Amino acid sequence: MAVRPEAAVGNVAGSSKLGGEANGTAEAKPTEQRDHVVIRFAGDSGDGMQLVGMQFTTESALAGNDIATLPDFPAEIRAPAGTLAGVSGFQLNFSSSEIFTPGDEPDVLVAMNPAGLAANLEDLHPNGVLIVDKDAFSDSNLKRAGYSSNPLTDHSLDKYQLFQIEITRLTALAVHDLGLSNREAFRCRNFYTLGLLSWLYQRPIESTVAWIEGRFKKTPELLDANMRSFRAGYNFGETAEMFVSSYKVGPARIAPGFYRNITGNSATALGFVAAAIKAGRPLFLGSYPITPASEVLHELSGYKNFPVYTFQAEDEIAGVGAAIGAAFGGAIGITTTSGPGLDLKAEAIGLAVKTELPLVITDVQRAGPSTGMPTKPEQADLLTAMYGRHGESPIPIIAAATPSDCFDCAYEAVRIAVKYMTPVILLTDGQLANGAEPWVVPDPDKLAPIKVEFATDPNGFMPYTRDEKTLSRPWAIPGTPGLEHRIGGLSSENLTGNVSYSPANNELMVRLRARKIAGIAREIPPTEIFGDPDGSDLVVLGWGSTFGPIREAVKQLRAKGRKVSQVHLRYLNPLPPDLGEVLHRFKKVMVAELNMGQLLKMVRAEYLIDAIGCNKIQGRPFKVSELTGRIGRALEG
Amino acid sequence: MATALSRKDFVSDQEVRWCPGCGDYAILAQVQKTMPELGIARENIVFISGIGCSSRFPYYMNTYGFHTIHGRAPALATGLKVTRPDLDVWVVTGDGDALSIGGNHFIHVLRRNVDLKILLFNNRIYGLTKGQYSPTSEVGKITKSTPMGSVDFPFNALSLGLGAHSSFVARSIDVEQKHLGEMLKRAHAHRGSAFIEILQNCNIFNDGAFDDVSDKQIKAEHQLILEHGKPLIFGKNRDKGIRMNGMRPEVVKLGGEFTEKDLVVHDETNFPSAFMLANFEAPMPTPLGVFYAVARPTFDGAMNKQLGDAKTKMGAGDIKALLHRGDTWTVN
Repeated sequence: MAVRPEAAVGNVAGSSKLGGEANGTAEAKPTEQRDHVVIRFAGDSGDGMQLVGMQFTTESALAGNDIATLPDFPAEIRAPAGTLAGVSGFQLNFSSSEIFTPGDEPDVLVAMNPAGLAANLEDLHPNGVLIVDKDAFSDSNLKRAGYSSNPLTDHSLDKYQLFQIEITRLTALAVHDLGLSNREAFRCRNFYTLGLLSWLYQRPIESTVAWIEGRFKKTPELLDANMRSFRAGYNFGETAEMFVSSYKVGPARIAPGFYRNITGNSATALGFVAAAIKAGRPLFLGSYPITPASEVLHELSGYKNFPVYTFQAEDEIAGVGAAIGAAFGGAIGITTTSGPGLDLKAEAIGLAVKTELPLVITDVQRAGPSTGMPTKPEQADLLTAMYGRHGESPIPIIAAATPSDCFDCAYEAVRIAVKYMTPVILLTDGQLANGAEPWVVPDPDKLAPIKVEFATDPNGFMPYTRDEKTLSRPWAIPGTPGLEHRIGGLSSENLTGNVSYSPANNELMVRLRARKIAGIAREIPPTEIFGDPDGSDLVVLGWGSTFGPIREAVKQLRAKGRKVSQVHLRYLNPLPPDLGEVLHRFKKVMVAELNMGQLLKMVRAEYLIDAIGCNKIQGRPFKVSELTGRIGRALEG
Repeated sequence: MATALSRKDFVSDQEVRWCPGCGDYAILAQVQKTMPELGIARENIVFISGIGCSSRFPYYMNTYGFHTIHGRAPALATGLKVTRPDLDVWVVTGDGDALSIGGNHFIHVLRRNVDLKILLFNNRIYGLTKGQYSPTSEVGKITKSTPMGSVDFPFNALSLGLGAHSSFVARSIDVEQKHLGEMLKRAHAHRGSAFIEILQNCNIFNDGAFDDVSDKQIKAEHQLILEHGKPLIFGKNRDKGIRMNGMRPEVVKLGGEFTEKDLVVHDETNFPSAFMLANFEAPMPTPLGVFYAVARPTFDGAMNKQLGDAKTKMGAGDIKALLHRGDTWTVN
């Protein structure tokens, strides 16, 4: 999604040259051009499908394509092998033009076993390319996947371009003299498949070669085995009389810049580190492992030298509690979690609201309620973020729209938390967390300043005096002579912070805190309208990871002359000050979100607009086709 | 600077609001008296509490203070101490706060050995909520929520602390001012989690819970003062001692069949012995003092060492280098 359509066609450095044995043979077969290709890799959760997907993504990014990915894996680490429950998938859309989504349906399905085929076949286009590991279609595997007859031979796959390849056998042959066990040899299948697909789509393979060399440096026999498998797959594509041609997806018209490929969880972690550095304070993460947020903890644990403290707490509450304690001491305190953890943290977040300490809570949303579908995305925590605490406890809420946007949003969340002395909730979701896209790496010097000024002057110091403009209270950290004071969850007197049960004072403090949060709206930039700035028939309002599908749907409808626009929110509390006026410019407002209508409720309550909901609660992103259909019907209705 | 401080420097301007006669007053007075003797600048001292009568404590100390939420003080204190090892961080909690709602944080902070001083006021009752049984109340206890007597088997706070391998475990009692002061100083001198159970009388809802060890008339027969390297002797006439009969401890009368040489000599570094003493129940005496104290790496120390090592190895964090990691490419 890093692509600007108006930008000139770029030259991509370091792409195209093939290394090693494969070098120079790529042109032996004809090459067909494709604008974009959607591939889905599917196999057992132990088959290394996520790894293949990520490497293929890196190759594609380095080839200069625009990319969008959708990993889709089970919560079980190793569900029984060969079963539908254990199928792990990775979908990648790579394109020579601007794309916004991982694609509705794959053009190419790679199925490493019958279960991978059974779970994904319904999504494959008729005449789509279907590549299977023929060796995996044994009677027992077929039975486990629920097949009563072998689809490879019963003509049920006749409407697809089926390629049956003996991936298991050919991989074993490639490594037969290395003394590996059958199991070790079997585990090289994913690199064989990656090699094959890399040939088929003319991917630059240097990055994968380097990756294998780095990853298996300490186990030379596995390095050799995976490298051989990778090259064998590549050469098979080239040599075997199976694929008539390979395909080429040229570089996209990409805005000039320095790029890297990034997932949402990585971007979130980097945004926090960058913010802490800009603030000149150590970063402290208190967190309890939870899917799909744990990668932020993993990533941050590698940045100790920055300095970054990562505390893997005994539970969700201790994670947020420790972050509040660190913030009390002057660190940038953050906690990361997913829905169930957000529930558990609610009381502690209320304490941060009351004591007015900076804190960022990241909720990588997943499908609920309760344990729900831990690896699947949803957007049903918005109202929990808004109202999921007892008492009047308003909190700024920011939501990231794309994987790379997680960087900006994490950074912005820290900036607001520190400036306004308040906890801030950052909402991402499982799709953003694991999805990847090219990212123009920002210039650190151009990031917004984050100013931290601790109180130091004992003269007239009181913990609850307020900055005239922001209404934020002083950050007075222990260790400062003369500022000794006590804070706590009990209602406290204005200015002094002393415990107070005065009715009028309580209302004053509640209103002061509410005004402080509402005042953040001053900083929200004017709402951007994609489409008709002066209003037209319908605007689709969204937030979070639905940005891509909505943008693509609106683009497609506009190309057909429909008067449809898009407004996408980053700031959910407070809402942009101009939003009501902007929405009123349109005859119809549709709120598209992966829940039962949570932003919809907020918009109706806030602006008295009879908005229409467009909702999905399947643990899956919107398909573009679903949105175009529903928007189309709303336009007619 | 710190040496010039006195007790009144640690008294805040807030009116103390415990019930008249509450044991908390005595503990507060002793903490305020002991603080100046520790030689720590007032601004570097932080008291963190949870919820309950005892947890009002920070409001009355003229230091930095944080009255947090029920049971979570150890978690907040951990975040503070780890990032601010320069501070002297004290946790004040109660039997409900630490052992019921906060039981998880309590055991984990002890096993990690975060350098915190943890004062658990144990009155074996819920005071702030007006008289329900607590996780240290005895079975059969009649309270507002247990009109037919509690059927809940209680925790032994010290046994639980030792079970979590706390590196310092001690017990004192509100009325023994001198002893309490000594324990506070010992705890402060210990590097790591220092856990003191302070037996504390709630004169409203559980009056007299510790009379056997606090009543001047009888306490000598029930208190066993632990001193490192000294035999376990107690009694008004110091004529009773603890000896091991095989694997079982027993009270013996001195002067006849047994002499001091037959008695157990207290060793603060002996874990099994500490565990045994922590689980003394009547007719055994109630031990007061340091049960267990060993040196063990602190969590905050180890974590800061890792940060220091990382910086030595990789250099100070550079934001540009961070953002430019991984597979990158340039589009012109």
